[in-house]
Amino acid sequence: MDQPNIISVQGLCNSFGEQIIHQDLNLEVRRGEILGVVGGSGTGKSVLMRSIIGLQEPVAGKIRVFDEGMIGKEEDEASDVRRRWGVLFQGGALFSTLTVAENVQVPLREFYPDFSKALLDEIAHYKIYLSGLPADAAHKFPSELSGGMRKRAGLARALAIDPELLFLDEPTAGLDPISAANFDNLTRDLKETLGLTVFLITHDLDTLYAICDRVAVIADKKVIAVGAIEELLAIDHPWINEYFSGPRGRAARRGHDKHNNPQPHLHQPGRS
Amino acid sequence: MANAAEFLQEDLADGGQILRLSGSFTIALIGDIDGRLRDLSADVRKIDLSAVEHMDTVGAWLVHRTAKTSGAEIVGAGKDASRLLQAVSGADQTDIPPRPHPPSFERFLAEVGHSVIISFTTLLQFLGFVGQVVKACFILAMNPGRFRWHAVVQHFDMVGVRALGIIGLMSFLIGIVIAQQGAVQLRQFGAEVFTINLIGRLTFRELGILMTAIMVAGRSGSAFAAQIGTMKITEEIDAMRTIGVVPAEALVVPRVIAAVMMMPLLGVYASLMAIIGGGLLCWIVLEIPPATFVQRLREVTPMTDFWIGMIKAPVFGAIIAMAGCFQGMQVRGNAEQVGLKTTAAVVQAIFLVIVLDAFFAIFFSEIGWN
Repeated sequence: MDQPNIISVQGLCNSFGEQIIHQDLNLEVRRGEILGVVGGSGTGKSVLMRSIIGLQEPVAGKIRVFDEGMIGKEEDEASDVRRRWGVLFQGGALFSTLTVAENVQVPLREFYPDFSKALLDEIAHYKIYLSGLPADAAHKFPSELSGGMRKRAGLARALAIDPELLFLDEPTAGLDPISAANFDNLTRDLKETLGLTVFLITHDLDTLYAICDRVAVIADKKVIAVGAIEELLAIDHPWINEYFSGPRGRAARRGHDKHNNPQPHLHQPGRS
Repeated sequence: MANAAEFLQEDLADGGQILRLSGSFTIALIGDIDGRLRDLSADVRKIDLSAVEHMDTVGAWLVHRTAKTSGAEIVGAGKDASRLLQAVSGADQTDIPPRPHPPSFERFLAEVGHSVIISFTTLLQFLGFVGQVVKACFILAMNPGRFRWHAVVQHFDMVGVRALGIIGLMSFLIGIVIAQQGAVQLRQFGAEVFTINLIGRLTFRELGILMTAIMVAGRSGSAFAAQIGTMKITEEIDAMRTIGVVPAEALVVPRVIAAVMMMPLLGVYASLMAIIGGGLLCWIVLEIPPATFVQRLREVTPMTDFWIGMIKAPVFGAIIAMAGCFQGMQVRGNAEQVGLKTTAAVVQAIFLVIVLDAFFAIFFSEIGWN
């Protein structure tokens, strides 16, 4: 298509008062990939996402999304970019006075005011189905949903306008392992079906192994490494080593290997 | 740039029609296709997708819906298109149950019944709430160590000290208005000097306290409701309960005590400011010097007027704080509720204050405190 990198961040600096969050951070997100972003708590993963989607004004740096500069854009500007992305916030950020179906219709009404009421209802219906919610959730209010259902409803809203780029902020945090695995599969299916590019912030090692094409590691106020997990494992950095080779990291890797190669033991002689 | 979505109808050899779709069937380029597909009356047997350049879920949904309603067969779908069609087709199996929509007469009856039930349960809950607060007061009186002095002092500051500016200014202006209106009316009888009676008796007995109560309800009653309501939504109050902290003790009692103690002080202050305002107007317009004004004020204003104000003020303070905290505790669910309950707290507090004020007025007249 028109450009290989959907998001490009160059020399990003962010700070809150005295505290410097990012210093000279560079990152590129390629079309059609799922990029996982990891880093310790407080390393500024969410701040990076907020900078990219224009909610946080950086101190310095360049951010281009779909080849359009995003810094300093007001809410009513850059609508060509805004109609091509969807954002899922950590808590779902559903509009609490609207039902789930109405929540999904908000971006549709905003960007495509000509759509008929019947079409809006139909779109909301199948989006809710695609996000894995039961059909009767459509008329419920966010306060009547569980945390996991709220995330799915948030995803349905993020997907409402068939975006090319999806931002997910810790989508599996707080979900039970079964729901989290379902959410991972859903993300991968949507990516393959719709050709999405996904910017995924996560702490969940299983998610990283299961669906991410590349992983960006944030530490020391910048992205210290980007690449497939195998490439990251080869890098000698204390935080990366600890992250991927700690007990949880090893467990996630074992689970991933087992999943891809269901009977590894039979090929090893002398183990039975 | 991609072409807009378009379709052509062609007759098939064996009867019926084939729809030949072309262009981009995506959300941005779908245009009026939805309405036109809905209005199709022809007998569609086949839908040909081979000329479609690009498709997303909205396009897939339109194709799927048309195929389903007309019973047509989809041909020429590429790999991506078939996958999308497959994805959206699952949504059919789960029909959204329509939202219940009873006739308007039934709805009206239901709403009336609902509000009656709500009113009674709210009344019961309010009584329960007052009981909880009284109980918490007793428990705190027995165990003074558990009393949160720090919180009370903080609320003194919020309810009292920070209100001084606005209440002082408001009372000063009201004093001027009373004096000015009184002077204009009484001049007709040549009885301008009675303006001082009007100012002295009205401010201490009624207006000083009443206006302070209204201002405190607007400033602090609303703040109490909003603070407690937000804490309710963020589960802070649930967290307190699990730790063993009683919300009535930790949140309500300090606020009630602060309001009960600050109201009389603010009331006296407001009355004094109103008298200063009135005296200033008397001095400038009626040419009554301040010394004469004060002397006359002491002659015509009985001490009972002051005591009436001082008896009413703590009661009003308690009502305002209780209404604010009670409405805050009633918040359930979402952020909109905080706003609704805050409004309810202020309206309820001012209404109750005025009702009680009428009661006090009759009561004190009856016992001879004229």
